[in-house]
Amino acid sequence: MSVVYTPRAHADHPPFLYSDYKGTRKRSPTMPLIPLVQTLSEVTGPGPLWSELSEDDADLTTNAGTGGEAIGQRSIITGRVLDDNGAPIPDALIEIWQANSCGRYMHWREVDFPAPLDPNFLGVGQCRTNADGAYRFLTVKPGPYPWGNHHNAWRPAHIHFSLLGPALTTRLVTQMYFPDDPLFEFDPIFQAVPPHARDRLISTYDHEITTPNWALGYRWDIVLRGPLATPDS
Amino acid sequence: MRGPTPSQTVGPYFTMRIGAEGENVLTTPETVGERIRVEGFVYDGDRKHIEDALIELWQANAAGRYQHPADDRDDAPVDSAFSGFGRCASDFKTGAYSFLTIKPGPVPHPNGRLQAPHISLIIQARGMLDPTYTRVYFSDEADANAADPVLATVPADRRGTLIAVRVEDGDGSVATYRFDIRYQGDDETVFFDV
Repeated sequence: MSVVYTPRAHADHPPFLYSDYKGTRKRSPTMPLIPLVQTLSEVTGPGPLWSELSEDDADLTTNAGTGGEAIGQRSIITGRVLDDNGAPIPDALIEIWQANSCGRYMHWREVDFPAPLDPNFLGVGQCRTNADGAYRFLTVKPGPYPWGNHHNAWRPAHIHFSLLGPALTTRLVTQMYFPDDPLFEFDPIFQAVPPHARDRLISTYDHEITTPNWALGYRWDIVLRGPLATPDS
Repeated sequence: MRGPTPSQTVGPYFTMRIGAEGENVLTTPETVGERIRVEGFVYDGDRKHIEDALIELWQANAAGRYQHPADDRDDAPVDSAFSGFGRCASDFKTGAYSFLTIKPGPVPHPNGRLQAPHISLIIQARGMLDPTYTRVYFSDEADANAADPVLATVPADRRGTLIAVRVEDGDGSVATYRFDIRYQGDDETVFFDV
């Protein structure tokens, strides 16, 4: 075992309990976490093998397979997955899911919001990072949608990202947001992130990525924990 | 340099992409090892079932080897018919989860000793802003558990929350272990700072 990962930076993540987000009140641990010396069980993980087995399915505007195209603002979401030393992370598996451009998820539990489904949009995709740690999706920008947390609660537009990186320690599930969303200040899930780290969840509009007569471009880099020390090197 | 990307909840709709039927079955006919089922429920602070949890499982194969580049030991073989990874969405009506897998072999600890056979779990759900990590040990490995360097760091009165209890099952073809995951309360499951 030649690698140990940096400790989890708890101060950069939301707390388990954030009372304004009601769901956390009964679903958060109350006893302190037990420190764990990283062993082979933690510095290994499913990422390398799982990404090898997974094919890219990164065009959400057409991957419903209907022959039709999803309705909404065509958007390129691209960036790099890096470790906290700045090194690219290749072969990370990124899985995403999102609402359609009206804010409706294609999920059987979504029954309360009377917004239309789009038969040409499933809202799911996946890709793996290349040797530079880069990834790229083509999708439509999701719409905000209401939820039951409090009166007139609406989630800012977001895309769910799941990353299987190099190790169990680097597992990350998060949400990517779009710039200048007026709903940020009303959303307890976003506000639960410590203020200094909130902008790390917001993608940047990038005119270099925007494709003429086709799609708007957004850049979003993702940072996972990296090696703390490599005693062998 | 930006710091780490913060965690956000997996939300209620992750099954659009993650935890499809079958992702909780790790065995094929070719997989080496004793077939086991690990099953249980996830409970919130009111001891209500968490009906929309994502449970992810990672474990070594029957020889105690992880299929991963960081595990390059020569003395334990890789099983090409066993990835060691599974995912399960808890049942929407009952909150139950289950994995069909094999009993893992022991894996070394950095201190040179062997760890007792164990499985790593990551639990996420709507209402959880961060993942929680726990470990599943086995009730019929009492000697190995008593010598396990990780269990030794857990207060004795809480270790029981990490022990899956072997239970009698229907036809006896698969050993079944019950492992419940509880948030809050005196019997809260031990979660590790991984």
